[in-house]
Amino acid sequence: MVPEECTYTKDHEWVYHEGGVAVIGISEYAVTELGDIVFIELLEQESNVKQMDPIGTIEAVKTVAELFSPVSGEIIEVNEAIIEHPEIVNRDPFEEGWFIKIKMNDPGELDNLFSFEEYSEFLGEQEH
Amino acid sequence: MALKTPLYDSHVEREGRIVEFAGFLMPVTFEGIVAEHEIVRTKVGLFDVSHMGEIFITGPGAIDFADYAVTNSVANLDEGQICYTVCCNEKGHVLDDLLVYRFSDERVLFVVNAVNVVKIFEHLLSIAPDGLKLRNLTAGIGQIAVQGPASADLLASDPFFSRVADGIRELQYYRFFTFEHEGSEILLSRTGYTGERGYEIYLPAGMAKGIWDGLLDGGREYGAAPIGLGARDTLRFEPGYCLYGHELDEETSPLEAGLSWVVKLKKDDFVGREALAREKDEKPARKLIGLEVMGKGIPRQGFAVHHDGETVGKVTSGTFSPTLKKALAMALVKRSVPKKAEGITIDIRGRAASAVRTPLPFYKGSVND
Repeated sequence: MVPEECTYTKDHEWVYHEGGVAVIGISEYAVTELGDIVFIELLEQESNVKQMDPIGTIEAVKTVAELFSPVSGEIIEVNEAIIEHPEIVNRDPFEEGWFIKIKMNDPGELDNLFSFEEYSEFLGEQEH
Repeated sequence: MALKTPLYDSHVEREGRIVEFAGFLMPVTFEGIVAEHEIVRTKVGLFDVSHMGEIFITGPGAIDFADYAVTNSVANLDEGQICYTVCCNEKGHVLDDLLVYRFSDERVLFVVNAVNVVKIFEHLLSIAPDGLKLRNLTAGIGQIAVQGPASADLLASDPFFSRVADGIRELQYYRFFTFEHEGSEILLSRTGYTGERGYEIYLPAGMAKGIWDGLLDGGREYGAAPIGLGARDTLRFEPGYCLYGHELDEETSPLEAGLSWVVKLKKDDFVGREALAREKDEKPARKLIGLEVMGKGIPRQGFAVHHDGETVGKVTSGTFSPTLKKALAMALVKRSVPKKAEGITIDIRGRAASAVRTPLPFYKGSVND
């Protein structure tokens, strides 16, 4: 997954779209904000979710974050590796550290998300 | 507007992640909480604690006044000795926890939490007798904590501190000494809040950055690294040390928070004595306990603790312990919760997570070595 080819939510999740499937993870910014991640809980495979439904929890040493689904659809795969070894997400949030794959009901929902350029601009605003 | 410590520029140069804490711009992490935590447990880490407050009390009767203001015994300290204590209000509740340094019969230093400096200074002024001099010298003093098993080696080998290398190596826990440098007083104490052997240095603010950079840049062979507030918290948590705003506040008594050892009811009158004596007789309503969460989820401050279906208290601090690799909590609960209680749960965002009691401290380090 290349950051430039992903779309983003205001909650700092990235979505990579490939053939009706959304691969979802969290951005470099989110990882830096969270610090060392120690537990990850995700909904199970075959769960059906709507856009903005909670799909998981990320516990870091100092803080906790909820993961919300950027799209509606069926969870077809969860990344078991990051559940066993959450530090993978800290190390590599865009490749090995992906969270969940969702077969989308409506790829049009992606249009509501930020493009890479819009997200970069959004991050710039966050810092001021 | 947030204040900067004398080390702020160094934190930025070293790419610390800066947050506002107690009115100061402070580094929360450098390398990452877990990595920094490990450095202090195994090597040596440096903390900027310049935000802490320094209140000097000088003049005849300084010891008597200090003993009236705090719960521990200052009269029993030797010159060059320190005690950990709390300062209570008349209700016997905690206004702050602090260190008291006894220089002489007429000179005492209170080191208080940054968030409470103004409150404590005003409180002390309001109860101080005439003729005693109280000065809040926080702004002019830089404070550096050097913590970890290699702390003595790092300091003793430093070009600035090598002149007092023997004194550093021989300094006993909770003792201090001072020395002069170009007309300024430098104070070194065998104190800290990490559970490891360590020192705290008090020096003029203008000298702080030079000393800090010298220790870090010259201390590479000892693995010296700057440590942020994040690891400062996990490091104090594992040895079960109380933190103001968590285990201690104006609703909590030191007896509840497991600090009866700093409450000397037999000494002369002090603020809060009557309330604390009564509380001791009647037994405190709550107690501070350690809990380990089974399974996933990390307890955080404020989460409710249940026992047999009843709410019995709340988490005061909780984190994933980097040393023990467990999700642990300190919690203030009703005294009636039994030692071997089964059926304790912590409400982690609506889910009842099973927890078992585990003794405090969670971890014992090299602090007394």
